[in-house]
Amino acid sequence: MTDQTSQPVKFYQTGTHTVGNRLLDDAKRTVQSSMDRSNAITSGHRACQGCGEALGARYALDAAMRATEGQLVAVNATGCLEVFTTPYPETSWQLPWLHSLFGNAPAVATGVAAALRVKGRKDVKVVAQGGDGGTTDIGFGCLSGMFERNDDVLYICYDNEAYMNTGVQRSSATPPAARTATTQAIGDAPGNVFGTGKNLPLIAMAHNIPYVATASVADLHDLEAKVTKAMAISGSRYIHIMVPCPLGWGSASDATISVARLAVESGLFPLFEAENGTLTKVNKIRRLVQVEGYLKMQKRFAHLFAKDGKDQDSIDAIQAMANHNIERFGLIDVDTTS
Amino acid sequence: MLIQMEGSEAVAEAVALCRPEVVCAYPITPQTHIVEGVGALVKDGRLENCEFINVESEFAALSVAIGASAAGARTYTATASQGLLFMAEAVYNAAGLGLPIVMTIGNRAIGAPINIWNDHSDSMSMRDAGWIQLYAETNQEALDLHIQAFRLAEELSCPVMVCMDGFILTHAYERLDIPSQQDVDAFLPAFEPVQVLDPDDPYSIGAMVGPEAFTEVRYLANDTQLQALKLIPEIGSVFKEVFGRESGGLIHEYMTGNAETIVVALGSVNGTIKEVIDTMREDGAAIGSVSICSFRPFPLDELQDALKDAKRVVVIEKSLAPGLGGVVASNVRMALRGINLPVYTVIAGLGGRTITMTSLQEVFEAAGEDRLPDLQFLDLDHNAVEHEIVRARRTRRSGPIAENILRQKADGRNP
Repeated sequence: MTDQTSQPVKFYQTGTHTVGNRLLDDAKRTVQSSMDRSNAITSGHRACQGCGEALGARYALDAAMRATEGQLVAVNATGCLEVFTTPYPETSWQLPWLHSLFGNAPAVATGVAAALRVKGRKDVKVVAQGGDGGTTDIGFGCLSGMFERNDDVLYICYDNEAYMNTGVQRSSATPPAARTATTQAIGDAPGNVFGTGKNLPLIAMAHNIPYVATASVADLHDLEAKVTKAMAISGSRYIHIMVPCPLGWGSASDATISVARLAVESGLFPLFEAENGTLTKVNKIRRLVQVEGYLKMQKRFAHLFAKDGKDQDSIDAIQAMANHNIERFGLIDVDTTS
Repeated sequence: MLIQMEGSEAVAEAVALCRPEVVCAYPITPQTHIVEGVGALVKDGRLENCEFINVESEFAALSVAIGASAAGARTYTATASQGLLFMAEAVYNAAGLGLPIVMTIGNRAIGAPINIWNDHSDSMSMRDAGWIQLYAETNQEALDLHIQAFRLAEELSCPVMVCMDGFILTHAYERLDIPSQQDVDAFLPAFEPVQVLDPDDPYSIGAMVGPEAFTEVRYLANDTQLQALKLIPEIGSVFKEVFGRESGGLIHEYMTGNAETIVVALGSVNGTIKEVIDTMREDGAAIGSVSICSFRPFPLDELQDALKDAKRVVVIEKSLAPGLGGVVASNVRMALRGINLPVYTVIAGLGGRTITMTSLQEVFEAAGEDRLPDLQFLDLDHNAVEHEIVRARRTRRSGPIAENILRQKADGRNP
């Protein structure tokens, strides 16, 4: 008979990502599976059905709460997350939470961290958070300042690739060809312009801060692990989480995880970690997919697949972006592609 | 102890005596020496238990202050001019959140045209942001007002701006009485915040407030200012008991007793005004002055009491409301509602234009004979502006106004 206890467990033997918590040792089990989870953003908030940001924020903050044993303060930029969690007199926040302005969350968090340090509260940690608009556009100056000073804050960007709270306008995180309220799907070059936008995780890395990571709601276990790791590090830390927005993307509200997974598996949204400016880990793509499947799930790209003709050039250009990421970050092992 | 020192350096000393826990610094003339001074005191260890943070903009400076104050730290920053405008959104936010931050304004003009010299356009632009605004007449008062400002701010949970004239005060050296740490500690109790970010007692700060409650929140912002009207003189009295001198208060009156003409002004120009009044009094003129120390809250009743028996009021002000005239004068008229008194507005000292005793005396004498227009610009070069107005009418592409005026002045060329 085979000795079951000495048999190494192969988690991926069924070819899926399904790994029951009961197969993992306690330390590796998800925070959400625990009865002791903090419910940092508790139920009853006003997020849309299928909101990726609500999901990402809940997992991120509960992981941060576990890592700090509840000694956590959150600072929030203006945006969906701020609005849908605080329809006062109700609030979803089960931790001290401060919202000041749209563009100053990193600086406000710096101030909170400074006050805690001067008060001798070394045990209390600070998380700042905002959407892509609050992070890559209007809050960018304050964020770069916070990075440059290496202030002791974890900043989390929930990236849904446009200004969703104001009605889906383009941000510098909006991908090419995407339709938004300010990049309409009309004219000779419908949707957002190619060759624009900025990659904030790479810009964060250029500040040589201790920790930068990307994460996705398609891999919540990975997201939790990255937040947990970030909370054990001092100085400026940055986690950029892709959070699909059913409203803005025109994706089905029950497809949030699927569409996020295709972004990762196509190479459009690489998952990686960097320490002190150097790439230290990438999550390999297990089953490569073409971008077309990802794009087709979203009405914001519907004009690429119009009945009167597919825009193959644009699709190819987006595929080239994915291929570039795959090469740049080494997202595919040579032996799995052969 | 009397020490010869620069105004900015003295303010830095006064701020340090108040034991701030977080100080944010971003350079802008003419305020820069203040934060440099505080930074040096932190770095050499004289100001202990203080985080001094060099930030990337004024918007960040006040935002860091907002976070620090919300986390329970006594917080200070300083700015001026464009810097105050760049942080405008955070200025309103700090007041709206009820955070007792103290901020010095080294008063300076606002561009364009860019100008680094003194006037009151900057702090006047933020007069309705919900901050208490105190204007210092002298460097001693500037120093003293900072010590009072922390107590006032923390008692009311409302931010306070201490406004001092750029260069005229910030860069002037004079003998000043620097209080002892012991006296300041006796005067200024430890900061007990009314709200604080604390994991042991978590709550949300900064939630969205809709039409159902917004008016009530704003009503209370006004009520806080009304409380300050009572508290400012009280704190002034306590200050006098501890430190032995008068500083602050709502207004300062000078020879108003039997005055027919009363001059109203803010800040350091009051020194010059008093000199002129002394001269004119010697010649038998019935003239006095009122210096407004607290511009927000605006002391309507106290000002009315001081002005109501005069025959006319002359407001000398270093700010302009284009399309209306005077900012301060409009407020003074509000204090005189129901009383039929002419209020003359004299715009003076814009962008650092020297306010001379001679010019002031001419204006006051003209006022005494009621020969002043409602709105006058002190020492305006009428030829220069007329020339430019005519030229602009004649030529469509007449070019940039500021540069045209400068060229005229340089050429000494007037029509």
